[in-house]
Amino acid sequence: MTSFRIDKPSGVDFEKPVNFTFDGRAYRGFAGDTVASALLANGVYLFGRSFKYHQPRGVMGAHVEEANALITIGRGAHAEPNLQATTIPVTEGMEVYSQNRWPSLKLDLLSINQLAAPLLSAGFYYKTFMGPTKRSWMLYEPFIRRAAGLGAVSTSPDDQAYEKDHRFCDVLIIGGGVTGIAAGLAAARSGLRVILVDDRNVWGGQMAGVDDDLSGQPLDQWISHSITELQELGAELLSRTTAFGVYDGHVHGAVQRLADVSSHDGVRRPLQRFLKIVAKHSILATGAFENPMLFRNNSLPGVMLADTARHFMDRFSVACGKQIVIYTNNDSAYGAASRLAEAGLNVAALIDTRPSVSAACQSLAKHIGASHLVGWQVEKAHGRHRVKAVSVCKIDDQRQKQRISSDCLAISGGWNPVVHLASHMGMAPVYSEPMGAFIVDPDSLPSHCHVAGPVAGTLDLPSCVNGGFAAGMEVARQLGSTPPDPIEATAMHGFIGDWPMKADVETLSEKAMLDFQNDVTLGDIKLAVVEGYSATEHLKRYTTLGMGTDQGRTSNINAISLLTQLTGQQIENIRPTRFRPPFTPITLGALVGHHVGDHAQPTRLTPMHDWHAAQGAMMVPVGLWWRPRAYLKPGETLREAYIREAGNVRENVGICDVSTLGKIAVQGPDAGVFLDRVYTNNFATLPVGKARYGLMLRDDGMVLDDGTSWRLGENDYLMTTTTGGAGAVMQHLERLHNLYWPDLRVSFVSVTGQWAGMSVAGPKSRQVLGKAFSGTDFSDAALPIMGVMSIKTASGTILVARLSFSGELAYEVFCPACMGTEIWCDLLSHGADFGIQPYGTEALGALRIEKGHVAGGELDGRVSPYNLRLDGMLSKKKWFFGKPLLERDGLYDDDQYRLVGLISEDRQPLQAGAHVVFGDKAGPGPSQGWVSSVTYSPSLDEEIGLALVKKRALEKDTGMYAANPVAGIHRKVRIVSHHFLDPEGHRMRL
Amino acid sequence: MIIDCPCCGPRPVSEFSYIGDAEAAKPDMHAPAAEWVKAVYTRTNPRGMHLEHWQHLHGCRQFLKIQRDTLTHEIFSVELVGVYASGEGE
Repeated sequence: MTSFRIDKPSGVDFEKPVNFTFDGRAYRGFAGDTVASALLANGVYLFGRSFKYHQPRGVMGAHVEEANALITIGRGAHAEPNLQATTIPVTEGMEVYSQNRWPSLKLDLLSINQLAAPLLSAGFYYKTFMGPTKRSWMLYEPFIRRAAGLGAVSTSPDDQAYEKDHRFCDVLIIGGGVTGIAAGLAAARSGLRVILVDDRNVWGGQMAGVDDDLSGQPLDQWISHSITELQELGAELLSRTTAFGVYDGHVHGAVQRLADVSSHDGVRRPLQRFLKIVAKHSILATGAFENPMLFRNNSLPGVMLADTARHFMDRFSVACGKQIVIYTNNDSAYGAASRLAEAGLNVAALIDTRPSVSAACQSLAKHIGASHLVGWQVEKAHGRHRVKAVSVCKIDDQRQKQRISSDCLAISGGWNPVVHLASHMGMAPVYSEPMGAFIVDPDSLPSHCHVAGPVAGTLDLPSCVNGGFAAGMEVARQLGSTPPDPIEATAMHGFIGDWPMKADVETLSEKAMLDFQNDVTLGDIKLAVVEGYSATEHLKRYTTLGMGTDQGRTSNINAISLLTQLTGQQIENIRPTRFRPPFTPITLGALVGHHVGDHAQPTRLTPMHDWHAAQGAMMVPVGLWWRPRAYLKPGETLREAYIREAGNVRENVGICDVSTLGKIAVQGPDAGVFLDRVYTNNFATLPVGKARYGLMLRDDGMVLDDGTSWRLGENDYLMTTTTGGAGAVMQHLERLHNLYWPDLRVSFVSVTGQWAGMSVAGPKSRQVLGKAFSGTDFSDAALPIMGVMSIKTASGTILVARLSFSGELAYEVFCPACMGTEIWCDLLSHGADFGIQPYGTEALGALRIEKGHVAGGELDGRVSPYNLRLDGMLSKKKWFFGKPLLERDGLYDDDQYRLVGLISEDRQPLQAGAHVVFGDKAGPGPSQGWVSSVTYSPSLDEEIGLALVKKRALEKDTGMYAANPVAGIHRKVRIVSHHFLDPEGHRMRL
Repeated sequence: MIIDCPCCGPRPVSEFSYIGDAEAAKPDMHAPAAEWVKAVYTRTNPRGMHLEHWQHLHGCRQFLKIQRDTLTHEIFSVELVGVYASGEGE
């Protein structure tokens, strides 16, 4: 056993040693230890360097209130930074690293910042990097980033497992201390579904291990019996689970830490589980943090909270020092002092700032045998890397001084309730004069939220237990259950008698540290006030007080108390800064759960996907779909492949998987009337057995989507949409039906996945179909342009529509999804004699751009029919949705964009997204429009594109360029009609 | 946020899609452009009680009129609107 372990039973199991490393050096702890307790037991007191000044820092808090002992666990992709050493149980083989030091923890060269402290005062960032030195931020940023920072986040993907889950309950109790346990007992005894969460790995919170009695029963025994009873009553007890935020609709975010490092047995188990807990009622029993005292060097390792010193002794058999000095402004530290002395530790002195203390405190100090200095204060802690001695003086006669040797200064500035979660709900905490801190006013909370324990303004043990139990009973009553009989707990000790005394700002050192994580001193607060930043929210931003992962857990109340003294405000009138979720840092991996990589969103595959994959097609994601981009032959590039595929469509015949097109069955007696209202062109006259191309507008007249609708029967239409627009179109139709025309008898069903679709395009497409479906007449008379026919087969009905996106003689063949691959392969084998080849989206794009057909690149939600030169499709005879707002004159003025074709003058490829400008690379003018789609045109043997260019600019037809300044590309272009090929449409009329 | 869908019961907000302001005017088909401008672009954006249209997109796909406090996000009423609002329909 090391010299800092004491021989006393506690939560650690001395039979089970645990080996771990800290900054590469091997240490041994025991099962039950945290990283902090194991290192303290080994005599390690230096845990990190502070944020701004790189001062040495040790452990100050017992658990989640720790602001400085931040560590990184693991390496590389598995590294998790900014963990509190006090909250992480140490496990075999764990690799622990300190943070924010360079090159090493002991020799931190950046601690020179301490000498530059006057330059790093409040508002440092604002003062240094504004005004005449605008460029200096860029100059200094890399240095500042290294100097001021927390742990580093790994840039490699985290391949560890995380989970997400939901929980529902009658009452969620946040805080597994004595208050929360009592609340849980009352609720569970009433038959409610209870979830109790706590961020520690033991139950009892701050009171775990405390030597006291509750109604005649040892406290530890009461805690363990209560937990057993809760389990038997079916309550869900979640330890190591942080409720990090409260959200609308009684939703609570919580993260459960299941393990801190991945297991080494090869089994993939989740490290953390993100829980969304929906609770009918919640009880905040989040307890309180002890406040620090303020003096010079109060951040030195060896200075720690008084109850933390007791906690390390009670829970881990760790002595925080060999010569302990207690410094307090309230009674609670006397309990800690007495407990430390009982365990055989040397409590050398008890310094109390109050002018007088109760007889009980006096006799306790006498019993311990400590020198008792009442009405005295600590001026300064001495030591370089840890406390060696303490200078004290009498407050009302500062000439009376003493220097006391000490290696552990245990401080207590009163208790500060953890009101964070109530603050998330928008509740402003109220000041409690007796507590000297902000608490939650229960009347300010919604009826389903309750508070108990310190958060409600009670600190002593029996009040917390009774208050917790009462809160549980109240929830039972509100939910209509019969609550159990109330309890009247009593305690043996109950340490609180007198409340903390506020420190007088005049007597304090300017170098006293207020915010231990952000290095904000009393001097910074004073400077901010002098410079006019005296409102709490201003002070926070100007000095960084209360920011970071710590969110001012141990600093806010001291800062507010001093601020009111400096500004003469009443503390009751102060509104503390609002706490923001998360309460403690959350790993993004936990929030994402298993939704990473391919599982980030659903994947949709067409019925012919396996065939494409077997052909080795190059696939491309289109929305949620995967589509073949091109079918590369050995040695072929993508460009070569799509040029070949597109050329084959123009020359022979090609087949393309168009199953991804959105398909909506529109049916009912009023289906025709409905379509006539949502499409800009006339649909009332569409006969059965015909398809029509239609344009659909939003409320504001901009183009929503385009596609064809096929009239299959009297009251039966099949609407097709673009691949990406399917969902939006479906919702648009439903909205118009429900909110505008609920009287129309029409219904919509998405049938996208029910149909496999393939486009057979090219001059020989009719022959391929004739051979594949022998006995069916595909002549121009039997199936004219825009004609739809159905072919009945034993396996199902096949629809064939004569539609052309490529501009060639072409057919769209739709069949039930289960027949997709069979029909596809059928068409390929029958088409072999005619030179059929499959083509992908790249060739599809080349073919439609040559025809000037618009698609996703053009239909970006910002374009009107006029912009797309589709104004010919706007019926003048009828009303259609979006028509009224198309009447706005501005939509037709000279600054409006018009669809045009572009040809690259120097035969170099164009780029989608490039701006169209006048003027060469040396002096380009302002943007006149943008390039929306580009391709190489096999038919023209040119690099071409579609673009939307201002009407005004089109009046001048020379000197235009497609500019991509980011890539440094500037191409001379010629403006042409967007109908590059066969504008009269002869090719599809074969 | 949880929305109590009249068809499906209480469901998380992620299943729903916000459609728009239910207080905005809904002009007649042949109303003049000025009325449509008002309907499409003019919003009161109140701080407090607001009537909104939502769709239970990843559920029953029905349209709901919801009375909601924009400040606290508390929902006071949810009713079915549109084709099935009367409880008739198919």
